[in-house]
Amino acid sequence: MSATELNLTQQQVLRKKANGETVLPDAPETPRRHVIAVLLENHVGALNRVVNLFSARNFNLESVTVGVTEDPAVSRLTIVTSGTRRQIKQVLRLLDRLLDTLSVEDLDPDALVERELCLLRIGYTKANRAELMDIADIFRARVVDVTPETMTFEVTGPAAKVNAFVGMMRPHGIVEMARSGRVAMRRALAYGD
Amino acid sequence: MSGAEIFVRSLEAEGVEVVFGHPGGAVIKIYDEMARLKPRFEHVLVRHEQGGTHAAEGYAKATGKVGTVLVTSGPGATNTVTGIADAFMDSVPIVVFTGQVPTALIGGDAFQETDIIGVTRSITKHSFQVRRAADLAPTIKAAYHIARTGRPGPVVVDLPKDILMEEAVFEYPETVTLRGYRVPEEPLPEKIEQAARMIRQAKRPLLYVGGGTINGNAAELLTALARKARIPVTTTLHGLGAFPENDPLSLGMLGMHGTWYANMAVQHCDLIIAVGARFDDRVTGKLDAWAPHAKVVHLEIDPSCVSKNVYADCAVVGDVRRALERLLPLVEPKDTAAWLAQIDAWKARCPLTYRQDGKLRPQYVIRRLSERAGDNAVVTTDVGQHQMWTAQFFTFVRPRSHITSGGLGTMGFGFPAALGAAMGLRGTGATVVSINGDGGFLMNAQELRVAAKYRLPIKIAVMNNGYLGMVRQWQELFHEERYSHTDLTDTNPDFVKLAEAFGCVGLRATTPEEADAVIEAAWQVHDRPVLMEFVVPKEEMVFPMVPAGAATDDMIVQRFRDE
Ligand SMILES: Cc1ncc(C[n+]2csc(CCOP(=O)(O)OP(=O)(O)O)c2C)c(N)n1
Repeated sequence: MSATELNLTQQQVLRKKANGETVLPDAPETPRRHVIAVLLENHVGALNRVVNLFSARNFNLESVTVGVTEDPAVSRLTIVTSGTRRQIKQVLRLLDRLLDTLSVEDLDPDALVERELCLLRIGYTKANRAELMDIADIFRARVVDVTPETMTFEVTGPAAKVNAFVGMMRPHGIVEMARSGRVAMRRALAYGD
Repeated sequence: MSGAEIFVRSLEAEGVEVVFGHPGGAVIKIYDEMARLKPRFEHVLVRHEQGGTHAAEGYAKATGKVGTVLVTSGPGATNTVTGIADAFMDSVPIVVFTGQVPTALIGGDAFQETDIIGVTRSITKHSFQVRRAADLAPTIKAAYHIARTGRPGPVVVDLPKDILMEEAVFEYPETVTLRGYRVPEEPLPEKIEQAARMIRQAKRPLLYVGGGTINGNAAELLTALARKARIPVTTTLHGLGAFPENDPLSLGMLGMHGTWYANMAVQHCDLIIAVGARFDDRVTGKLDAWAPHAKVVHLEIDPSCVSKNVYADCAVVGDVRRALERLLPLVEPKDTAAWLAQIDAWKARCPLTYRQDGKLRPQYVIRRLSERAGDNAVVTTDVGQHQMWTAQFFTFVRPRSHITSGGLGTMGFGFPAALGAAMGLRGTGATVVSINGDGGFLMNAQELRVAAKYRLPIKIAVMNNGYLGMVRQWQELFHEERYSHTDLTDTNPDFVKLAEAFGCVGLRATTPEEADAVIEAAWQVHDRPVLMEFVVPKEEMVFPMVPAGAATDDMIVQRFRDE
C-alpha cells in the first residue's frame, strides 16, 4: 500500500514524516529506548512531580535514579524511558515545563557514559564455587558479602554488561538481586570528534 | 507579626481585590486577622468551595487578573479540586490557598488532613507548601507570578496551621527568583520571517484562533493582522471574542459544533495560521483527515503544545502578542478575493439556522439575549447544548466577553463564574449574562444568594428542556434513542420559586412572545440577579455536528424530526 493509495495528500505525508511517523498505518514506528538527564531543584516534592508526569501523561518509565550533584541544591535524575520520536519530544517538553527542572537533556546513545550497579546474591556449593569466581573475574565483579551458602557479588558497568553478568549467573540460582538503575552523563568529548 | 497577618498583608501588597473563600479550623487565624485588620481586599463568603473556585476563574477570565481562593484543610481543600482541574485545562490564572493541619501532625491522618499537594499534583501549574512563616511572603509573590505569566494556570499554596501562628518579619519581595521557570517571550526573528513568507505565498490562508490569543492580550493585533492581510478567521470555543464576529472575515467557531463553512475552510485552505490554540480533538476530529492541504504556522507560548497533535511547519514559540507585533509590519495586503468568494458561497449554502415554527427554540432565546445585551455583554455558559448554541448564536465582538468551561467541560461552572465575573466588573458598565442548562445550573445554584447579597444584576438564563440535553442528543443519535437516566423532569425544582427563595427575581417564558417580554423585564432590574427560565422543547439538537472520530468535513448538517 502506498501513500497515494491511502488517499493522503502530499501535505499529510510530509506532516506525518516530520512527526516521526511512518506513513503506512500498519507499520508504526518502533519505540526506542532513551536516556534522559534532568537537573532538578532539590525541593520536597520535586521528584514526585517528575515521576507523576510519566504516569499522568501515559509515558513509559523504565528506571529513575536520583542523587545530589556538585551543587547540594540541585539533584540529578537519570531517566530511562522508551517511546517513538514524537513521544520522546513531548516528554522532554513536558519535563522542561515543570518549574523545578533546571535542564533536560536527551542523551545521545553514541556519546554517553552510563553505569549501573548490581548486587547479586548467589547460592554456591564446592562444585560451582570456582566457576562463579571465574565469571566474576571476567566481569570484574567483586564479592562483597559471603556466608557458607551464598556469595554476594557487586558488578558495575553499562546496562548491557550487567545484563550479561546476570545472565551468566542465573543458571546458578539467584537468591536475591538489586539493581540501581542507570546513571549517565554526556561524554565531555564525543567519539570521533 | 503573625503568619496570618503576613498572609493578609501579602495579598494587599499583591493588589488582590477579591478573595472567594470559606472558613474552617485550619484557616481560622487568617479569618481572625481579616476581622481585625479590615484589609483592602474584599472577602466573598461563597456557599461551596467549588463555587468559590469557579467564581475566581470567572473573575480571572473577565478581568485578566489572577483570581484568589481561600479554603480550609481537608474537605475545604478537596472541594476546590474540580475548579483547579478546570483552571488547569483552560489556562486560567488562579491561586488557591488551602489550610493544612499543623506541620507536626502532617502525615498522621489528623482531623481534616488531606495531602492536597499530592491530590492536585497533575492539575496544577505548580504548588507550594509553606514550611516557615518567613517563607510566606516570597511564596505568595511567586505563586501569583507563576499563575499569571507564560501559559497561565492554577497554583496551590498549602498553609499549615502552625505557620499562621508563628511570628516573622514581614517584607513583601519586589522580585521573584525561580531558576527553573523560563517564560518564553521573544519569538525568534527568523521564525517570524518564515511565517511572513508563508503567509505571502499562501493562496487560501486561514487564521485559527484560540484562547491563548485572549490570555496573551493579543486580540486587537490579531484583528489588525486579519484585516490588513484579508485573511478569514475561525475561532475555537475559547477564542470566541478574539475577533469580532460581525466582521465579514469571521467564520465563527470551528470543530465539532462549529459552522459548516468554518470546517470547509479548514479542509480547503492551504495555510493554517494557528494563534494561541492547541489543536484540541474537539477542533480537529479525526486527526489524519484534518486540514489535508494546509501548511501550519503556529504562534504559541507553550512549547509543549507545538506539534503535539498537528505538525507545525513553522513554530513561532513565545509571547503571542510580541509575535503578532513583529509579524504585522511584515505582512502585506493580500489578494484573497477568490478565496473569500468561495467562503461566502459556503456561508450562503449552509448558514447556521434553526426552526422558526412558533415554538420557543433555545437558539431564538440566545439570539434575543445577544441583541438585548449588545456589545458590552460578558457571557458565561455552563456545559451542554446551551453552551454550543451560545457559541453559535450569540455574537461575540470583544475579547473576554465569553467565559466557559471548555477543556474540562465542568457542569456547574457557568453560574458561579458569572458571580466572579460580575464581582470583577462592578462599575464597568458590563452586563453579565449567564446561560445555563437545567442540569448544570443546579450543581452550583447555592451561590444565587451570594450574588443577591452583592446586588449583582446578573441576567441568568436557564434553558429548561427537562433533560441532560447534550447526553440525550448522543443517546438519540448514537444509542438508538435509549434515554437512560437523562430525564430531569421529576427531579427539577420550580426554578422561579428557587430564584425567589434566594432573594433573586424569577421569571418564566414558554413562548417566543413571553421570552421577549421576560428578557425586557429582566433588563429593567438593576439591583439583584434575575433568573429567566425558558421552557424549551426537549427534542432540540445541536447542529451542525461532526460525529466523534469523523473527519471535520463529514458533518451532520441538520436534521429535523417531528415532535
Ligand atoms: C460535572 C459533570 N458531570 C457530567 C457531565 C457530562 N455532561 C455533559 S453535558 C451534560 C448534560 C448537561 O445538561 P444540561 O445542564 O441540562 O444542559 P443542556 O445540554 O440540556 O443544555 C452532561 C451530563 C459534565 N460535563 N460535567
